[in-house]
Parts: sequence; C-alpha cells; structure tokens
Amino acid sequence: MSLVLRETANAFRRAPLLSALSVTTIAFSLFVFGLFGLVAVNIGRAIGAVAERVEVVAYLKRGTPIEAITVALADIDAFPEVERVAHVTEEEALARARQDLTEFQDIFQDLEVNPLPASLDVRLKPPYRDAEHVAEVASRLRSFSFVDDVRYGRDWVEKLDRLRNIAGAVGAVVGAAFALVAIIIIGTTIRMAVLQRSREIAIMRLVGATDRFIRAPFLLEGLVKGALGGALALGLSFAAWAVIDAALLRSVFFTPLQAAAGVVAGALLGLLGSALSVGRHLKGV
Amino acid sequence: MIRFHDVTKEYPKTGAALRRVSLHVKKGEFAFLTGHSGAGKSTALKLVYLADRPTSGEVRVSGFATARMAPSEVPRLRRRLGIVFQDFQLLEDRTAEENVAFALEVTGARRASIGPRVMRVLTQVGLAGKARQNPRELSGGEQQRVAIARALVNDPVVLLADEPTGNLDERATRGIFQLLRDINAAGTAVLMATHDLDLVRSLPGAHLLELQDGEVVFDSAGDGAAAGGHP
Repeated sequence: MSLVLRETANAFRRAPLLSALSVTTIAFSLFVFGLFGLVAVNIGRAIGAVAERVEVVAYLKRGTPIEAITVALADIDAFPEVERVAHVTEEEALARARQDLTEFQDIFQDLEVNPLPASLDVRLKPPYRDAEHVAEVASRLRSFSFVDDVRYGRDWVEKLDRLRNIAGAVGAVVGAAFALVAIIIIGTTIRMAVLQRSREIAIMRLVGATDRFIRAPFLLEGLVKGALGGALALGLSFAAWAVIDAALLRSVFFTPLQAAAGVVAGALLGLLGSALSVGRHLKGV
Repeated sequence: MIRFHDVTKEYPKTGAALRRVSLHVKKGEFAFLTGHSGAGKSTALKLVYLADRPTSGEVRVSGFATARMAPSEVPRLRRRLGIVFQDFQLLEDRTAEENVAFALEVTGARRASIGPRVMRVLTQVGLAGKARQNPRELSGGEQQRVAIARALVNDPVVLLADEPTGNLDERATRGIFQLLRDINAAGTAVLMATHDLDLVRSLPGAHLLELQDGEVVFDSAGDGAAAGGHP
C-alpha cells in the first residue's frame, strides 16, 4: 500500500505540468457542469417557492357543528399528502379580508351579517404540489357532507406543472450532455497520463508485476485528480455564484451536501476514467 | 528449461514468423539464437516471456505449460525470467539504483531486502559506483549493465537477451558479452538472440540455434529437436 501511495505521489512529482493540466481540465469540465447545476438548483428553488402557495381551500356550509369540523381536521391531517390543515372561522375570514383588502374597508365596516364562509385551508407536502395530487385531495375534501365548495386554482396549478416538466426535461438532457462531455474529457486526460507512463507499464509487466498492482497507482491518481478537480470546480462555481449573486441576481448556492456530492462525483469520475483507460491500455500491451 | 514443441506463430498481417519450431534450452546452458533480422528470433523470445502466444504447438518454460496458462499466472512466470533488450528499456527519470529497485518493488519484495539486493547486483555488473546516476549520464554499455542488473535482481532461472549488444560499440559489446558469460558461469542459463557471428564464434562450447525464415536450420545440440527443419 505504501508503495502505491509513493508511486501516486511520484506521478505528480515527475510530471507536475501534466498533472496540473489534467486537474485543471477536470476542474473546468466539472465547473461547467457546476454552473449548470447552480442554474438547475435555482430554477428548482424558484418553482418550489411558487409551489409553496399551492393551497386547497374547502368552504364549509353555514352552521356546521364544531365537533364535525374537529373530527374532519384530524381525518384530513392524516392524509399522506397533507402538510397541515387549518380551520378558518367565519370571523377569522372576515378579519383576514379586512386586513388584506384595505380598499374595501368601508364595505366591511357596514356589514350587518358576515358574508364570508368558514373554511379548511389545506397545505400539501412539497412532493404533492402538482395538479394530479391537488385534484385528488380536492375531490376527497368534497366528499365531506358539510363542505360546500373546494377551490384550488386549477389553471394555475396545471401551468406550474407544465413549467416543472419543461424545467425537468431540459435539465435532464442538458445535464446528461454536460456530464458526458465531462466524462470524455476526464477519460482523455487520464489516458494521456497512462500513455505518458506506457514505458513504465511495459517494464512493470516484463518484470512480472500483476495487472492489479500496475492498476492501483493509476486508479488512486485518477481518484485524487478527480477530487482535486472537483474541489477546484467547487471553488470556481462559488466565485462565479458570489459575483452573480452580488451583481446580477439574488440566488442560492449548493447546500453543503450537494457540494460534497459534487466533489465525490469528481473523484468517482476520475476513478472511472482511470479504470477505463488503464484497462484498455493493459489489454493492448 | 525452455522447450518448444512444433511451434508455429502466425501474425494476421505478416504471415508466419515461426514455422514448426522445436528446440530445447537446458538448465544452466548458454544458448545463441542467430539468424538475419526477420528470421524470427524476437518472436521466439516473445513466446518465452509470453508477450505472445503460439498459433499452434507447445512452449514450456521452467515447468510452466504456457498454452493453458491463465493471464493472471503470467506474472509468476515472468518473475523467474530476466529480460534484456537492445534499447535497454530503462526509466530515464530514475537513477540506476531506482531502476533496479523498481523490479523488486513492483513484484512485492520486502522493503528491507531491496537495498542490499540492489547493491549486490549493481556490484555484480560493475556499477556500484554509479548507482546514483541517471541513465542519461551513463554510456550505452553502462545502461545495458543497469538493465542486466535489473534482470538479475529477481534471481531468474534464465536470462533472455534480445540483441543486447545491438546498440553498442565493439568495446562495450565485449564487456557486456563477458558479463553475460560470467552470469552464465554462476549458474543462470542465458538465451541470447544476436546476429553478431563474431560473438557466437568466440564461445565455441555454446548451444547454437540458427533460424531462417522462421525455421530452425541448425541446432548444435543435434538431439533431433530441429526435426522438421532442414538437414
């Protein structure tokens, strides 16, 4: 094992330029992928923020006994889609209307009876904020005998759905293309390192080193280069994000988990690229 | 030790490099493989160290039947061979000492044993004083000595040398040849491919095998191993 580490360190020491070049190449290909990831993360977050407003409101018939409502609240809260459900009484509805709709202040002041119905305001958990689940929950709410009407802004939820689908499809295609380019570039870079040391590999084989032994330093080298490239790409992405966030538009950066996953992905890509290059090379000698 | 039985090697593009070759190099022997370039000398050596496999026939090396050998077993065979080439095949970014140690390191030798073993073979080839020099700082003959030291350091049963003096001047050639004879005298078999007939003549007692167009046309052992060749 110590020899593998030493040989790996040697690879960097003996060919510092090539090593730096391959780390930089890996970093930039992952950087492009990282920028795309940032765009995807921010679009996803924007859509999520809009989806946060998805709410199903069940208006209740007048005179519904509070016991029935209490039982219904517990039932609805137990729906797997539901994040939380709130009972808004007629008085609360009026108070809210007075507060929100200040331009109609006068009308609300002069009212003798409260025209607003009580309601159950249902919020769904994030994965269920789409047209299908919203409609499903709405129809279940409708089945309560004391529910007069259910509203949820069908058009709006369907538009949101379409937007989400388009963003998802574009993200998957562009993301896959960028990932493929990154894999090809990383594979080529590591192949250069393998070719540069082909003489060494040939000698190792002649003196009876096993393929596994020959492979190990290259795999470690690929892993280290991939991780370094990933870390560098993360730094570049952060710098780019900081500039955009300060000068152009408020946005979010990757979560620490996403950032760590990016570096690990870089390391794994390096490992995979090495494994493929060395494997091909060993077969060819 | 090394036995070819009715070995034919054909390459898809260039055709047959060896035709029905049978030969036997015995333990401790000094054997020459001669012939013009293209006669099949290098191909024969490649079949011994398993850089290639025969198209038909059987090659046995030091008790290994190479035809049915799994690729994972090949390194085990190669550790029992020492191989030397015309172009030395040294790593130029390492010192003489490191080049020799490399052969031990990559075959998993114990760390502590490496230093003494390297010095022993470098002394044997007469380069103890130049252990810390890079191949580029050494003459051709000295570089070949480093290569020979590397081939010897794993205590091979046979030393394969493919035109080891091909790149050397006359003086260096004589030195290397003497070194190979000394190694042989110490008990290691040597199979040397060469087209330098002066060298061959200078060692009349050696086993001489002559190849021509892939066939054995002369075998001084004369034990019928060349059956199928010309009389």
